[in-house]
Amino acid sequence: MTVSPTLIAHLGLILVVFVALQISAAVLVYMERKVAALIQQRYGPYLVGPRGLLQPLADIIKLIFKEELRPRSADTLLFYAAPVLAATAAFAAFAVVPFGAETTLFGLLDEPIALAVADVNVGLLVIFAITSMGVYGIVLAGWASNSKYSLLGGLRSSAQMISYELSYGLSFAAVIMMAGSLSLREIVDGQEGYWFGVIPRWYLFLQPVGFLVYLIAGVAETNRAPFDFPEAEQELVAGYHTEYSSMSFALFFLAEYINMVTVSAVAVDLFLGGWHGPFPLPAGFEWIWFLAKVFVLLFFYIWMRWTLPRYRYDQLMAFGWKVLLPVAVLNLLVTAYLVLLGGW
Amino acid sequence: MESVFFWVFATVAVAASLLVIGQRNPMHSVMLLIVSFCALSGLYVLLEAPFIAVIQIIIYAGAIMVLFLFVVMLLNVPTEEAPTGYHARLLGGAGPRRFGAVLSVVLVLELAWALSTMRGTPLPGDAVAPTVREIGIRLFREHGFAFEATSVLILVAMVGAIILARREK
Repeated sequence: MTVSPTLIAHLGLILVVFVALQISAAVLVYMERKVAALIQQRYGPYLVGPRGLLQPLADIIKLIFKEELRPRSADTLLFYAAPVLAATAAFAAFAVVPFGAETTLFGLLDEPIALAVADVNVGLLVIFAITSMGVYGIVLAGWASNSKYSLLGGLRSSAQMISYELSYGLSFAAVIMMAGSLSLREIVDGQEGYWFGVIPRWYLFLQPVGFLVYLIAGVAETNRAPFDFPEAEQELVAGYHTEYSSMSFALFFLAEYINMVTVSAVAVDLFLGGWHGPFPLPAGFEWIWFLAKVFVLLFFYIWMRWTLPRYRYDQLMAFGWKVLLPVAVLNLLVTAYLVLLGGW
Repeated sequence: MESVFFWVFATVAVAASLLVIGQRNPMHSVMLLIVSFCALSGLYVLLEAPFIAVIQIIIYAGAIMVLFLFVVMLLNVPTEEAPTGYHARLLGGAGPRRFGAVLSVVLVLELAWALSTMRGTPLPGDAVAPTVREIGIRLFREHGFAFEATSVLILVAMVGAIILARREK
């Protein structure tokens, strides 16, 4: 195998995405604490480093040096496999998310490469598949801990994720029909340009209901407030990760934040035009739009967590099956009809 | 390169499938079955059928196995004990064992026959993996009846399950 610049660029891309995801988790921890403080009118972390910026680093160091505990009656193998599974699934899902236009890295390469770890033609389905594998990390953690709170948390999470996965998938499907492709890159390319020269041709404007369903189901899929039942503190101590400490706990934490990033990134690719912004950026810098939009969505996530109280569990199930799913199905039917009628 | 991947996936699939039936703990069996499904999906990718590979994961590893897991967890199935007494005689007796032996010999013969007929049959010339669009069109045009019949069957199973679950009230 000859080592071509393209190969090196690809390997570099993988490394960049891998590191960037971990950094984004650290940034999110900081952001979450700062935004929470803002909403609750306090300072948040401010002692470690300038404006508390080194707080995530301090947290990581603390977690690394903590003792790794394991309940005596836990299932050793699955107990340790669960957090690894959760984190692996979180990283793997991002592999098929494209985050920028094709680029030659400012003329360094002969032929342009796609800014995504893997450009798969069924990318959307891959994300869906890997997300559904992520459930196992949580369920296994709940079961292998052999503790009632963990088990309840694990059961709740699996029920919740199965229920909301349907609406999640159906909101994808509407966009797939409009774009006529399962490839995220092609879906983003379909959103290039402007209507009347002003409004960007984002699917958000054609699929407002789909976007709303996606956002709500996405929050439920990532187990975030107001749908954070798997770890409802007041009822379940900490839910599925009650018995975890040190780095095993950190892996669950990492997985949760990376899943947030992935859900936001896919939302940007599907509905918000990916790297196509309200005005074009110079070639090679389109990914800045992508980052900006993901950042806005992540802020929205955190904002929601600290503003809305948690639902009741039965409300969550009733909402998922009786409201969100019918709305998603209806949206799909209307979209299918319009696509058939107008050819769009 | 491809043959390396093939052997890795094939070994994992076979080994995991064998281990599934060797476990005393049902939870471990479920997880091993998922490993086996994922390895199968890898084989589909090597056959240049990414759609089938992904569907394999979504439906089998994702949806069906979560239900398995759910059932195992909810019923809290304990670690399987070696059968004793009545059950031992029922399943582990000489008669059932002989029957099982005959069945496994039949299975091996069937597999050998199926593989021998396959051998030498070339793959259809320019076999291009069908796109998602083609699969959809075939499914709904040529196999429309089978598709609808399956969906009715699943609906019946669902209604039946709900009725059985409600009877307690």
